[in-house]
Amino acid sequence: MVLRKISGLSGMVLATSLMIGGVAMAAGTAKTQHGGQEPIPPRQSWSFAGPFGRFDPAQLQRGFEVYQKVCSACHSLNLVAFRDLASPDGPDFSEAQVKALAASYKIKDGPNDSGDMFERPGRPADHFPPPFPNKQAAAAAFGTAPPDMSDLAKARTYPRPFPLFIFDAFTQYQEQGPDYIVGIMNGYTHPNDPHYNEYFPGHKIAMPKPLSDGLVKYTDGSPETVKQYSRDVAAFLFWASEPNLDARKKMGFHVMIFLIVFAGLLYFTKKRIWANVEH
Amino acid sequence: MSGHSTYVPKSGVARWFESRLPIMGLMHSSFITFPNPRNLNYWWTFGGILAFMLLAQIVTGVILAMHYVPNSALAFDSVEHIMRDVNYGWLLRYTHANGASMFFIAVYIHILRGLYYGSYKAPREVLWILGVIIYLLMMATGFMGYVLPWGQMSFWGATVITSLFSAIPVVGNSITTWLWGGFAVGDATLNRFFSLHYLLPFMIAAVVVLHIWALHVPGSNNPTGVEVKSGKDTLPFHPYFTIKDGFALVCFLIFFAWFIFYIPNYLGHADNYIVANPLKTPPHIVPEWYYLPFYAILRSIPSKLGGVCCMFGSILLFAVLPWLDTSKVKSAAYRPLYRAFFWVFVACVIGLGYIGAMPPEGAYVTIGRILTIWYFLHLLVIIPLLGFVETPRELPASIAESVLAPKRSAVGNA
Repeated sequence: MVLRKISGLSGMVLATSLMIGGVAMAAGTAKTQHGGQEPIPPRQSWSFAGPFGRFDPAQLQRGFEVYQKVCSACHSLNLVAFRDLASPDGPDFSEAQVKALAASYKIKDGPNDSGDMFERPGRPADHFPPPFPNKQAAAAAFGTAPPDMSDLAKARTYPRPFPLFIFDAFTQYQEQGPDYIVGIMNGYTHPNDPHYNEYFPGHKIAMPKPLSDGLVKYTDGSPETVKQYSRDVAAFLFWASEPNLDARKKMGFHVMIFLIVFAGLLYFTKKRIWANVEH
Repeated sequence: MSGHSTYVPKSGVARWFESRLPIMGLMHSSFITFPNPRNLNYWWTFGGILAFMLLAQIVTGVILAMHYVPNSALAFDSVEHIMRDVNYGWLLRYTHANGASMFFIAVYIHILRGLYYGSYKAPREVLWILGVIIYLLMMATGFMGYVLPWGQMSFWGATVITSLFSAIPVVGNSITTWLWGGFAVGDATLNRFFSLHYLLPFMIAAVVVLHIWALHVPGSNNPTGVEVKSGKDTLPFHPYFTIKDGFALVCFLIFFAWFIFYIPNYLGHADNYIVANPLKTPPHIVPEWYYLPFYAILRSIPSKLGGVCCMFGSILLFAVLPWLDTSKVKSAAYRPLYRAFFWVFVACVIGLGYIGAMPPEGAYVTIGRILTIWYFLHLLVIIPLLGFVETPRELPASIAESVLAPKRSAVGNA
């Protein structure tokens, strides 16, 4: 009886792991888009990785600085509103700071009562205005339109060949996007070719090197280097794409504790109920 | 559903109601006193888990539909609005998106359980065929749901899959145009997919009712595959199986919650966070993981029409499985050869899933073809032949004996 149970159990474990393995394999390999030849962006350590990961407001504020001073010249951030910057689970700017920041932008509004469009100072509820009126204008200026940055950190990845993607499910590696962005920012390794990038698929990137040391002034004494800028802006972009990450992981912990305790209680109840019957 | 109800209404109002609509009696006999084989193992808990998943998908889906806009210019942003601005919208959307995957994981385990223990054989053929219909409806629902966020993979996945119908001779192109509601996947396609994505789950629910009805006529199969012979073989559904199913469900929810809260985008594609662009094809179009084995079969056949036929055939064959299997013995526990071939088949399907995710080039094509051949060989040749060549192990006389015999012999040895 016991032996039979054990063999049944081991079969179940085997089959379940096969199943999960299969799912994971499929999911992971599906991300393998560019063959295995490309160099892999180095893995960064992030404050927001793992089950207890949280965004670091100071880092997000620096990252926003980089976005505002550099990226926003070409890249839109259409899905993010000024008010989002006040989120305590995000950059945690004060409301006054957000108001002042919003007011420094000109927002196109209208039509007014006389039928004219007009410009007015931004309000916290406004979204970041795009640098170009439309995609065509951006494409005309650069040859190809720079992508919107709202979801960029979730829309970029790099191959995680077998068996790495299996481990990713257990280690909760969800930061391929920011790692890739840091890789790109540090991937301009051929000074003679401004469009060569080590980590871009095919190595030919339309965007010339955007960051250089000392380009953005930090007020908190953090190093003003490309390495630091790239990490900060990647963190900021990951927050922009996943602004509810902190809330999600906090709730996840509570849900997990509840479910595990509940499962334990159910297990002992089940044992008790079945104690008097052969099965 | 199992003989006369033993339900006795306790109050006057309940008696009044019961004599007019005996629904409480039906519930009572179906989910309280219903006799289940006492030897069911945890593989039998996935039916309940699936019922829960269907309900969870409908509830989250209905709420998401309150905020979603099925318009090709607005769909992507409306999903982002749900993710960013709707209260707990991220939770609803991640639950719904990962819920689809959980639904399929549970259904695959449920199907494999049926295959392993021969649950599809007489007298459960209709129950099994209803299951195949549910599975087909699930695939259609899942596919159309994946189109709704209108990302790159939504759009191009829809294009690839709907184009399959153009392989039909003579009328193929007309059918594809009819499906699209235009000459390419566009706004009309998105609108009808949304409409159908809302409709199909309720059709699934209806077929699930039939599925449970058809289950409650012969009752559940069990790990021995020996039918229930007397009351000694069974236990009432409540409390024995409500508590067991409940425990299994909560364990499954822990697994589910891991995905929702910690790796919500693990099973998705990064490309689907880029808004659909009909002018830019992603370098590698892949369907969701749960379709990959069939996608691999599709691509393994050199002809388009042949590929489409084999892909649909690979699923539809399951509907005739009760008549392909010639063995009188149900459970693989008593069929040593079938048991070995069963696990080879599982490995074959997982292998096909892997191939489906890989680019169709080089060795992947060859391996995909070998696995495709094996898939059909298993269903069309091996299963029918095994019934003739295999010597099954001796079956227990009854479920009760199978449960009690090892115990008695253990006592005898002591």
